[in-house]
Amino acid sequence: MGKAELPLHAPGTKIDRGYIGESVPRPNAQRLLQGRGAFTDDLRFPRLAHVAFFRSPYAHARIKRLDFAAASRAPGIIAVLDGRAVAQYCTPWVAVLAHLKGIKSPPQHAIAIERACWQGEAVAAVVAESRSQAEDAVGLIEADWEELPVVVDMDEALSGKRVIHPDLGDNICFKRELDTGGVDEIFASADVVVEETFHFGRHTGVCLEGRAILADYNAGEHSLTVYHATQAPHMMQDIFSRHLGIPEANVRVICKDVGGSFGIKVHVYPDEMATAAISVMLRRPVKFLADRLESFLSDIHAREHKAKVRLACTKEGEILAFDLDDVTAIGPYSVYPRTSGIEGNQVVNLTGGPYKHQKYRAKMNVVFTNKNVTCQYRAVGHPIAVALTEGIVDLAAQKLGMDPAEFRRRNLIPDDAYPYTTFPSGIKFEKLSHHQTLNKLLQVMQYEKLRAEQARLRKEKIYRGIGLAAMIEVTNPSPAFYGVGGARISAQDGATLRLEPTGMVTVLCSVTEQGQGTEGIFAQIAASAVGVSMDKVKVITGDTSVTPYGGGTWASRGAGIGGEAVLQAGRALRSNVLDIAAAMLNMDKAELDIAGNAVIHKLTMQNKLELAELGRVAYFRPDTLPMNFQSELTVTRHYTPRQYGFTFTNGIQASLVEVDPETGFVRLLKHWCVEDSGTVINPMLVDEQLRGGVIQGIGAALYEECLYDAEGQLLNGNMADYLVPMASEMPDIICAHVETPTLQSQLGAKGVGEAGTAGAPGAVMNAINDALLPLNARVTAMPFTPERILKALKKVD
Amino acid sequence: MEHALETTLTVNGQRVTRRIEPRQHLVDFLREELGLTGSHIGCEHGVCGACTIRVNGEIVRGCLMLAVQADGCTVETIEGLTDSKELAPLQKAFHERNALQCGFCTPGMLMAAQDLVRSKAKPTRDEIRAHISGNYCRCTGYQSIVDAIEETLNGQG
Repeated sequence: MGKAELPLHAPGTKIDRGYIGESVPRPNAQRLLQGRGAFTDDLRFPRLAHVAFFRSPYAHARIKRLDFAAASRAPGIIAVLDGRAVAQYCTPWVAVLAHLKGIKSPPQHAIAIERACWQGEAVAAVVAESRSQAEDAVGLIEADWEELPVVVDMDEALSGKRVIHPDLGDNICFKRELDTGGVDEIFASADVVVEETFHFGRHTGVCLEGRAILADYNAGEHSLTVYHATQAPHMMQDIFSRHLGIPEANVRVICKDVGGSFGIKVHVYPDEMATAAISVMLRRPVKFLADRLESFLSDIHAREHKAKVRLACTKEGEILAFDLDDVTAIGPYSVYPRTSGIEGNQVVNLTGGPYKHQKYRAKMNVVFTNKNVTCQYRAVGHPIAVALTEGIVDLAAQKLGMDPAEFRRRNLIPDDAYPYTTFPSGIKFEKLSHHQTLNKLLQVMQYEKLRAEQARLRKEKIYRGIGLAAMIEVTNPSPAFYGVGGARISAQDGATLRLEPTGMVTVLCSVTEQGQGTEGIFAQIAASAVGVSMDKVKVITGDTSVTPYGGGTWASRGAGIGGEAVLQAGRALRSNVLDIAAAMLNMDKAELDIAGNAVIHKLTMQNKLELAELGRVAYFRPDTLPMNFQSELTVTRHYTPRQYGFTFTNGIQASLVEVDPETGFVRLLKHWCVEDSGTVINPMLVDEQLRGGVIQGIGAALYEECLYDAEGQLLNGNMADYLVPMASEMPDIICAHVETPTLQSQLGAKGVGEAGTAGAPGAVMNAINDALLPLNARVTAMPFTPERILKALKKVD
Repeated sequence: MEHALETTLTVNGQRVTRRIEPRQHLVDFLREELGLTGSHIGCEHGVCGACTIRVNGEIVRGCLMLAVQADGCTVETIEGLTDSKELAPLQKAFHERNALQCGFCTPGMLMAAQDLVRSKAKPTRDEIRAHISGNYCRCTGYQSIVDAIEETLNGQG
């Protein structure tokens, strides 16, 4: 069956799929369009205190003395606190996971004690009646520092000449080696061997809404309510409970509207933990918002990899082996609780992903440096693995004189080879569609025509390039991702559906809305599964006291896991509704279905009973139902993906660029993305997810980099100097789909949130190098700024 | 508040008089003093456009103007232009085309887009892109926003 267990209702009727696959506008977008959203900073509380942080101006320094005298006397000041004071209310953490063997990191406090390890680390907190008063007083704190040696370069960190945390012995947070054996022999005898070293700049998420938290401790009941811009409310509930010493059930995390997250808002931030601790200490609500300058200094950064990769192939173009050596620098701490070892680990898992070679060797080191911390940001590891794989694949094709699309076709895992269990890194693929996506891409982009146009324009000294990037992607992760390593991060999610007396359906789900459209697609799924129209569905997410327990939004899991829980709960609710209908109508349940907000006769499609009437009877006149009959109009279902560690998806992207060899500027002309995310619930939302992801990937490829000097000072930590993609530079992006539903769930949906970001940097890089080919130039260090392109062209030094 | 200046301005059609500290930004004043939280603060240095509002008919960055500078001015925000229905065509097109995700940039984006709609110009797609290139959106690929603005412009005849 094409769609796993779909159809939802009687086959052949108009209602068999309901809203699944329809481009329905998101109901919850209306309030945002009217400026009536409720972001954390929009909330108003009596006795609210505001916190601002005094942050280290040095990348590495001992705190010799902090003098709060002047700050404490400033207008509106409630408290000025150092690390030791906050530590009385918040225990430190160590970000390691048992399944990342050997990973190590020092204990980290909410506010640094004795020593700051990156520029921007909070070393004191000022609490005041207003944010501006708190910021004024931050400027009055006097500090004496003893500067310590700074390690900013990853090779220097790896060498261990200067060790940032002496107790750990060296600067290596985590290392991993993988070897199928036989790699050296293959490289020694292969017809063709290519090698390249790729550099990936350190960049960050730049959510338009900065990190935001409002913690409200109630001493009367020893309870803490936290309004938090987060992706994982239950994870944070557990963290606040354990580190602040408050029983889990007394901690409520409420996630209202969130202004972008992309992985930035799924981590534990010291300044946010301090804010919650201060609320407990002061017994009043306390708010912290990271302003833009603080965001650049303290939101997690990501990437910063240097990866040497080799590829061996036959002269016929068969890839035989990949050999990888990756180093990544993560700042001074592994980030809690997901650790900063995951991105490098993913690069090892995913390199060579789309291809059928059988030999692979990888070495990967994660090192500490005195820069801001890095951790999981959208597409974790994928942009690195895809770009280095696709970059070296293009180089091999070039050396063979083979068209890059044809070279890929010869090496992609065949579409009939699934389940595929012999991928050399050990990951397993349930069902992918590389050849279908490649064929569709070439057709949609009119590849041959573009190549002809490119050749014609080259004669006119117009340098256009076409770049391809095939990819595999982790989605719907099982507990193998975090849970097995001891992290209290849920891989399962739950949904509760309740039929209200008027026939409306309320959905409560543990997956959160970050703007991606979670609540919209849950409404589509619930309406379809029950048989009501979407205007009858109300979706509630983001409240640990209200929804079932679950993981939240990360790793492209919301639709596939949360959506499945909603579907199963919806089907169960429909069944329960039909039990009542059968009792009321004195008919056989098998004869009945629900459509258009009413119970209908399955064969005649005749309307038998409005759900509003059924609800009225079930709730207010149950005395009219049979004596032993109890209606159940609230049902809860949970779902955990178990059969595979990850539900891999696949896709392929292409970029068309024009490079101006005089200025080094790259103009993006068009971008294509063909994606197989299984069952597509809402094509419009999926396409815009893909496009947004592509744009973030383009940012990494062309503009975005957190630049540090040799002293560990961030040089461009503001929006004027750190460039992000804006509308005028971005191309139109053409999306197309292949649908291979996962058979692990009834819904069949795989994830899509990270696909665009995973593939775009590699596609853009290959397009630029394709454009530069006739000029004998090549770039391998992202972002590809005009300066780097001109250097490659030897036009500047 | 010893240096506060008495300031009178018209916000969404209502005259308001407040004593305002000279250093307070106009967008902070709107959010904190008047509770108009629809205008968002994304960068506080005039780059992201999330705080775009209309002052005396021109769109400005609410973080680059002091509240006291608005003395005697007419200020319009997302709340006012929603209630007056001026933004209704754009809001409808944005909704139908999903030209927003998290919605944080959206009020500012709508204010900037409405500036183009009011100009009665017939811009190309590239010109639409240029017009909103001072408004940062991290979620969408901008394409749906351009589509929605283009559709609104075409629909106004």
